[in-house]
Amino acid sequence: MTDPIDPVTRFTKTDFVVRKERIQSVSKILFSLMVISMIIPLLAIIAYLFYHALPSLSWEFLVEVPKKGMSEGGIWPAFVGTLYLVLISLAIAAPIGVFAAIYLNEYARDNWFNRIINLAVINLAGVPSIVHALFGLGAFVYAAQFGYSIISASLTLAIMTLPVIIASTREALASVPMTFREACWNVGATRWQTIRAIVLPNSISGILTGIILQVSRAAGETAPIMFTGAVFYKAVSRGDLFPYQLNEQCMALSMHLYTVATQVPNVKESLPYATAVVLLCSVLFVNAGAIALRVWLRNHKKW
Amino acid sequence: MNDTADSTLKNTLPQRQFLSIAMENLLELIIRLSGISAIIFVLAIFFFVFREALPIFFSDHFDLAKFLFNTQWYPTSEVNVRYGTFALTFGSISVTFLAMIIAVPFGLGSAIFISEFCGPKMKESLKIIIELLAAIPSVVWGFIGLTVMSRIIVSLTGAPVGVNLLNGGLILALMSVPIIVSISEDALKAVPDSYREAALALGATKWQIIYRVLLPSAKNGLLAAVLLGIGRAVGETMAVLMATGHAVQIPHGPLDSVRTLTANIAAELGEASAGSDHYHVLFLTGILLFIITFAVNLTADLVIRGIRRK
Repeated sequence: MTDPIDPVTRFTKTDFVVRKERIQSVSKILFSLMVISMIIPLLAIIAYLFYHALPSLSWEFLVEVPKKGMSEGGIWPAFVGTLYLVLISLAIAAPIGVFAAIYLNEYARDNWFNRIINLAVINLAGVPSIVHALFGLGAFVYAAQFGYSIISASLTLAIMTLPVIIASTREALASVPMTFREACWNVGATRWQTIRAIVLPNSISGILTGIILQVSRAAGETAPIMFTGAVFYKAVSRGDLFPYQLNEQCMALSMHLYTVATQVPNVKESLPYATAVVLLCSVLFVNAGAIALRVWLRNHKKW
Repeated sequence: MNDTADSTLKNTLPQRQFLSIAMENLLELIIRLSGISAIIFVLAIFFFVFREALPIFFSDHFDLAKFLFNTQWYPTSEVNVRYGTFALTFGSISVTFLAMIIAVPFGLGSAIFISEFCGPKMKESLKIIIELLAAIPSVVWGFIGLTVMSRIIVSLTGAPVGVNLLNGGLILALMSVPIIVSISEDALKAVPDSYREAALALGATKWQIIYRVLLPSAKNGLLAAVLLGIGRAVGETMAVLMATGHAVQIPHGPLDSVRTLTANIAAELGEASAGSDHYHVLFLTGILLFIITFAVNLTADLVIRGIRRK
């Protein structure tokens, strides 16, 4: 190493220092290039999708039904179908997930049983989506006799989103300081009273953010609903908000994109692009909302 | 906050009725039941998928060794039905391997840049971008592979078809970079600042700190990040279904079409009639996938746990 703080040599760099600083700046440039080379192509790809989608994108495209064997027209039935699937699956997954997280964070001690629960949560999160599809087909469609229906597809999606809801809720609960709970216990509150009056109000926004992020995940998944309840085509009237029954199959945006991109002949060229852009934008819009909420919360934290 | 707590407690505590106590016990029961739901669901997934796969073991055309190690996959052949998944497994492995060759250096490099080189504002915005990237649905990725990427590949390499191993690898790489970045960034953040300060005090540059201090001490976390990226790539379905082409074969080069385990299930489950051998064997493929990802995730978890204990 160089002589430390000798007034004469202090500002003259030895070869060693020159070399190490050169390596340093090369490495910095290299790493920033890596980030850039990851982000720029993606922005370019997204711009490309937009550019090709432009001829089809309009309000009409959203509320119109598919026409001429899905080669023209809009995406309304698929859009509403996705809304159905997302809302029902989250209505099932959110309470179970939040309760499970409350158990893991507030009740569970650190013993082997709860370690197994944690392991199960991690592995449930890692199960491939197509295996969820097989499970949904075997369990809900055949064993529970729900048939190919919205309810089977939603239950499959619910189980897929559950582990992530558990993880994000746990994180939100864990961020409430322990002293809050201790103060509450000290005035004689029971565990549940503490959770309801102190823990949940202080973490509800974090919990909501986690759930909102799962909206976009459920909306984007294709494989789990493909064999449990989503269908290629279903006749629905234009702009109808309640076209489906729970025991019917429905169309879904992600499935529709797969169909028009690979299965339907002679599709209008911009149509799959427009479908992809609508799916992409709704997902990114919801996610950006959740992230904005989180940033806002972090800045307005009370403790 | 404590005020609201006090007031609620003042109202509820002294006059607690039998009913409210019973309600509370009921709620705690529900909470406990939800707590074990994850275990129930993992077991249920295994049970129901396995239940549908079980009849195949009693079929005349099935042999477990051939299922695992034979490359002949002719599930609908009239004369000689063969259920060999090795070409599919190899397809999954090769696509994942190619994806990781690209994603690991870029993912780790980006994580290092985000964690060490940039300021707080830039860090925040890059992390948000990464998070948004992770949210892009897999079917959109598949569509990008089918349209944009395949055109690029055809024009750059002159390959006859653009949907092939290379395409699938690139798409999977783009998909698994976000998860690798965010987990390795966490791992780098977990290295105590005192390590950095000690190295800095010895006159080390940023690069020397990264190379000599951060990478060795965060290596478990980085390994876990790579493993989770692999887990995601192996399990990915729609993107590889649309981007890798549809040939069940051992690829000879990156421009050959392949089919993966996941894509095979997605492509054929719709055609296989329920209760047929073909249908059961697809569920068995699901079990195989389940076991592979289970092993990868379990290893990643053990590696992460190893860090925490330290």
